Amino acid sequence: MADPTVLGEQAKRNGAHANDSGRARDAALGSLGAAARAGTRTFGRASGGLLGAGRRLAGDALGAAARQAQRALTADLDDRDPDYIRENLPLSWLLATLWYRAEVRNMGNVPERGPVLLVGNHTGGNMSPEVIVLPLAFSTYFGVERPFYQLAHNLVLASPAGPFLRRYGAMAASHEHAEEALRAGAAVLVFPGGDWEVHRPSWERNKVDLAGRRGFIKLALKANVPVVPVVTIGGQETALFLSRGAWLAKLTGADRYLRLKVLPISLSLPWILNVGDLFGHLPLPAKITIEVGRPIDLHEQFGPDPDVDEVYDHLTGLMQDTLDGLAAERRFPVIG
Amino acid sequence: MRLNESIVVAARPQLVWDYIADPANALHFMSGITRWEVEGETRIGLGARYRMLMRVGSAEMGGLVEIVEFSEPLDMAWSSVTGVDQRGRWRLRKAGGGRTRVEFRFAYGVAGAGLIGYVSERVAAPSVRRHLRESLVQLKREVEHEQQRQDAARRQAEREAATA
Repeated sequence: MADPTVLGEQAKRNGAHANDSGRARDAALGSLGAAARAGTRTFGRASGGLLGAGRRLAGDALGAAARQAQRALTADLDDRDPDYIRENLPLSWLLATLWYRAEVRNMGNVPERGPVLLVGNHTGGNMSPEVIVLPLAFSTYFGVERPFYQLAHNLVLASPAGPFLRRYGAMAASHEHAEEALRAGAAVLVFPGGDWEVHRPSWERNKVDLAGRRGFIKLALKANVPVVPVVTIGGQETALFLSRGAWLAKLTGADRYLRLKVLPISLSLPWILNVGDLFGHLPLPAKITIEVGRPIDLHEQFGPDPDVDEVYDHLTGLMQDTLDGLAAERRFPVIG
Repeated sequence: MRLNESIVVAARPQLVWDYIADPANALHFMSGITRWEVEGETRIGLGARYRMLMRVGSAEMGGLVEIVEFSEPLDMAWSSVTGVDQRGRWRLRKAGGGRTRVEFRFAYGVAGAGLIGYVSERVAAPSVRRHLRESLVQLKREVEHEQQRQDAARRQAEREAATA
């Protein structure tokens, strides 16, 4: 019988890395272990005559959760399954075409071969449209045979959808995972703004906000790969996003235990008032337009030892200009 | 899903064949096609490979296709090597009076996609069918123009020969 405490600790040991993302993983797994211990204690106290059965049940459930979390936060490039992606293209295509009326421009700007880092602005809360539309566009344009990975938040991969997303090429966001994929010659998609940008208020929908995160530039420089900016518009119109709720994340401790800097507040279907967006929402069928920019060779454009701040300013400026252009084309919210 | 459209072109089969067999013309007359590039050494003929894309709905679909039948000037068929499963065929037959009946067949789908795949194929059908129709109309315009140009050149040559 699996002991949740042991499994929690084992998951923590296995996930240990001497780096920031490793420490963050440790924190998440450590908290899972603590939850397992607390769960067992609680069940133990409450169950009385059913003590044994209750403990076993709790142990199984939390042990499974610990195993799932451990599995989700490691990266195995082989988890990506081209046949699975191909078989699911029709579903993505139906969603992109009928629901979002999506349009992806200039996918041909992505270099035909070799590793490349696609850097996007993130929109639409936890039901982000571009995570459906962009992989679809990439897979149909270059073929599912070309390896393509997407860096995702730990919680997304630890959710019940995690195993399916891993088969699509999603992997826990960390420098090590991205480097490994780039070294293998793959294309990697990253949303540096992450949860901060994706939950920005709807009135900031036409603003690129990568939250000052520059790690992706260091990654591109280290791996010596071109950067391709990808700009999406429309996602912030799939609900009325009111606030990131950063204060709520601090208040509840979600920033420390779950790596969540935000606990967003929005008006969305079917919840009406949606706090946290942890269970997602039914997105409004806003028109999604994605524009793929020209590839940027950082060493070629900024010299042999580029200034990261300068690159960041240039890239965010470029993405903002593109977003402004897309916003100018848009006549009505949602309709497009 | 298999779609089939046809048109009668006022030109000889060989002229139509020469036009459709040349990959350089694909982007000029094939509607919805955003890419048709030669891949490999063989440019035209059996075994020639092309990297092609067709815009359908929100995506540019396609992949690597290979010419699997090349019977000049009657039939040319291709099949997908990578990407979404597809088979295409140009079928040319004499229609009398120096005209040609051109048939464009196109079959596509995703093996193993189940019910969702079935639904998506049907949803995509009107868009793909429109592409086939427009391709045939554009082919007719291009080839008939070429036929008229050739006829005019021939008549002029005959007049010049008669007056000489």
